[in-house]
Amino acid sequence: MIESFRMRAESVSAQVERVATTELAMELVALLLQQEGVEDKPHCYAVWAASAMIGEAERQKMERIVPGLRFDVTRELAADAKVGISQMDWALANTGTLVQSADAVDKRLVSTLPLLHIALVSTAALLPDLTSVLRRVDPRTSAYLSFITGPSRTADIERVLTIGVHGPERLIIVLVDDLEVAA
Amino acid sequence: MNEEFKQSILDALANPNLSGALGRFSEAYRVSRAKAYEGIDFEALRTEIADIKSLAASQLDKLAEKFTHAAEARGTKVFRTSDPEAVKDYILHLALERNVKSIVKSKSMASEEIHLNEHLERAGLEVNETDLGEWIIQLAGQRPSHMVMPAIHLTKEEVADVFSQQVEAGQAADIPKLVKFARGKLRPKFLKADMGISGANIAVAETGSIVIITNEGNARLVTTLPRIHIAIVGLEKLIDHFADITPILTALPRSATAQLLTSYVSIISGPVPNTDGTPKELHIILMDNRRNEMARDPRFKQALQCVRCASCLNVCPVFRLVGGHVFGKVYTGGIGTILTAWFDALKESDEIQSLCIQCGNCKEVCPGKIDIPELILELRRRLAVQQGQPIMQKAIFSVVNNRRLFHTMMRAASIAQKPFARQGLIRHLPMFLGNMTEFRSLPAIAEVPFRDRIKKIKQPKCAEKAAFYSGCLVDFAYPEMGESVVRILNKAGIEAVFPEGQTCCGAPARYSGAYEVAAQNGADNIRALLSEDVKYVVSACPTCTVALKQDFIATFVSVGRIGDLPAARQLAGKTVDFSTLASQLVEQGRLKFKKGTDATKFTYHDSCHLKRTLRAEKAPRKLMQQAGYELVEMQESDMCCGMGGSYTLKLPELSAPILERKLVNIEKTGAPLLLIDCPGCVMQIRGGIDKRGSNIKVEHTATRLEECLE
Repeated sequence: MIESFRMRAESVSAQVERVATTELAMELVALLLQQEGVEDKPHCYAVWAASAMIGEAERQKMERIVPGLRFDVTRELAADAKVGISQMDWALANTGTLVQSADAVDKRLVSTLPLLHIALVSTAALLPDLTSVLRRVDPRTSAYLSFITGPSRTADIERVLTIGVHGPERLIIVLVDDLEVAA
Repeated sequence: MNEEFKQSILDALANPNLSGALGRFSEAYRVSRAKAYEGIDFEALRTEIADIKSLAASQLDKLAEKFTHAAEARGTKVFRTSDPEAVKDYILHLALERNVKSIVKSKSMASEEIHLNEHLERAGLEVNETDLGEWIIQLAGQRPSHMVMPAIHLTKEEVADVFSQQVEAGQAADIPKLVKFARGKLRPKFLKADMGISGANIAVAETGSIVIITNEGNARLVTTLPRIHIAIVGLEKLIDHFADITPILTALPRSATAQLLTSYVSIISGPVPNTDGTPKELHIILMDNRRNEMARDPRFKQALQCVRCASCLNVCPVFRLVGGHVFGKVYTGGIGTILTAWFDALKESDEIQSLCIQCGNCKEVCPGKIDIPELILELRRRLAVQQGQPIMQKAIFSVVNNRRLFHTMMRAASIAQKPFARQGLIRHLPMFLGNMTEFRSLPAIAEVPFRDRIKKIKQPKCAEKAAFYSGCLVDFAYPEMGESVVRILNKAGIEAVFPEGQTCCGAPARYSGAYEVAAQNGADNIRALLSEDVKYVVSACPTCTVALKQDFIATFVSVGRIGDLPAARQLAGKTVDFSTLASQLVEQGRLKFKKGTDATKFTYHDSCHLKRTLRAEKAPRKLMQQAGYELVEMQESDMCCGMGGSYTLKLPELSAPILERKLVNIEKTGAPLLLIDCPGCVMQIRGGIDKRGSNIKVEHTATRLEECLE
């Protein structure tokens, strides 16, 4: 399933990384943010939507390592940020899709407004397909379910595929082996 | 056909961007769609979708009720109306009441259907489409030409001009830059908008959920940033169960854009918090606009199984030449013709229904399993009933149905053409008939029709008999095809009889909507063909075969001639197309191939009716390969040749370029021989080949097969 997921996600222009532990995932994210030039100044922020994998201690640590990384996600900050980071609930092997129960608005802000979206997901949360995830979600408790398959794209001009329209133009997926399945 | 409409076709054909971009797209689409469906049983999938949507269509009100109940329980406001005006008023009132100044929209065909933007803009609201294609056509002041790719008719240069004139001067015709420009200009509009308006691809009754799919991500912004979200949902989007999302979401992106899944899918089942912490105000409008009426119509109910993927446009040989604007309305292409007839008015479909050449490509790929060609014929029938048949058409049918008179007249015309006929082909016709021979030569009319020539064939007495049904072209233009069939049957120990009472198969009448005429043709033929005690009724024309096997029955049902059905079924049971029968006879060892014939390479053109209605495309290929011929498949072998019976007379402007593509594909194979099972296609393609001065031989499978048999 992991290989199928990677193949499918890469075929729609996502980048897929895999790490053994949450700690390594944090290090990888920090490295990526530094590479992207995230800094504590306008147009250079990174915004991280709250999720179970990141507690108060990790938060403070990450803020220290990466100046410009913010957890107090607002509309204005997300609109100005370079990078958005969020944890997804499931991944679908046969389409390379990420799925998230995204009622909390910050989860959607960080994955729609910035040009780069870094999505963390538990390796154990890989499911085969659409059918298996629709069986697990409950629309009565998840009022906004987001499915993300690769970065934003269009072919509206002359059918030429162009990556990055209204949403992110890059999507980096980090599979984390020791992460608990969120839902 | 009115001049304005003809002119719009000519304008579209003269637009090189259109034919170029659409042609390339439709060729690529076939390949990429097939790839996207790899590993999926498409028939099973679309049967599941058709079942889900058909069941939903039979209980629209009940599902709307259930949806309302579920959605309202979670704080969504649901507004149900049958009236498009009420939809516009509801949105406008809400906008004014909530002090909305600016609105962002993600793609909604339902909003196009009711011309919502104009209504809101007249009241002074700022409305911005955010789907790139929709934004471009909004700025250009045009209508979408395609349901999924609204601006496919514009080149990058034209888009750059639109942006430069309407937004900011100096935009270059560079696609990535144009896309970036759109992102930059629309972003502040998203951020400042007070209201977001979207459509929905699916609405789930049991949970009150709507499913919205996009690739650009604009729907996520439209449903996230503004404090109010309104979704306009046509009733046909309703399904009962949450789990039923899967098959639709499996098919829709594959059929629409050959993607396994679009970049974004949002399933919204209730209000979620806004960015300032207040709850989102979520309104869902369930719009009827004649959908219930459609659901009550036994013929058109199936049109509600449409998932709006537009694959019927993508595979259409006519759409790829002229694009969407010729259709003149919001919904375009095959399904668009049907929706226009309902959502606007039947008479609005009068001109556009004539664009359909009845090739059946769309029916093959429709994920909702809608018989689009059949529904277009039904529109034609209703239009003919409502408006009456043109006098000219009536006169033509009365001649066509009288075989002797028909032949005499054709022959008289043929003699008049003598100076123009060479080697059995007419290359030019004088004056007003000239456009018939503009792009392909026509066959000269046979001196003696097949019905008289068969009497001269010395046939052995056989225990088994088959009735030969000739059809017009074999009878009057290509009697040699009929003679080959008779001699092949004789080789297999079957005597061919020609029931004299046989007449036109009724296809010309049926395809013109004159069902009463077609029904009478059916009844006359059934009487003639069942009067002889024969094992088979065989025809060398797939269109005639389909008439005998299927259309008589369908026509009788349509016009209520139920009493004629048993005999029609009896005839259907005996009827077989030539190649299928021949291959059965080969398998039974009753026909044997000669050894050491001078076999060549050949390519094969699939006639629409043989391939997509009779599903007999393998038989002729196999027969010729058994005879030692080498098959070289052409590109799009099953794409229509542009003949379409009387289509080529009504719309030669379209028939010619469709033929042109076919000829190019034939020539590219390098094969010296083209085989076809349909005399109509032979007429079209042989005529085209002759006009091009090409040496490729075009023959009916029967005439070539005869040479290969012992």
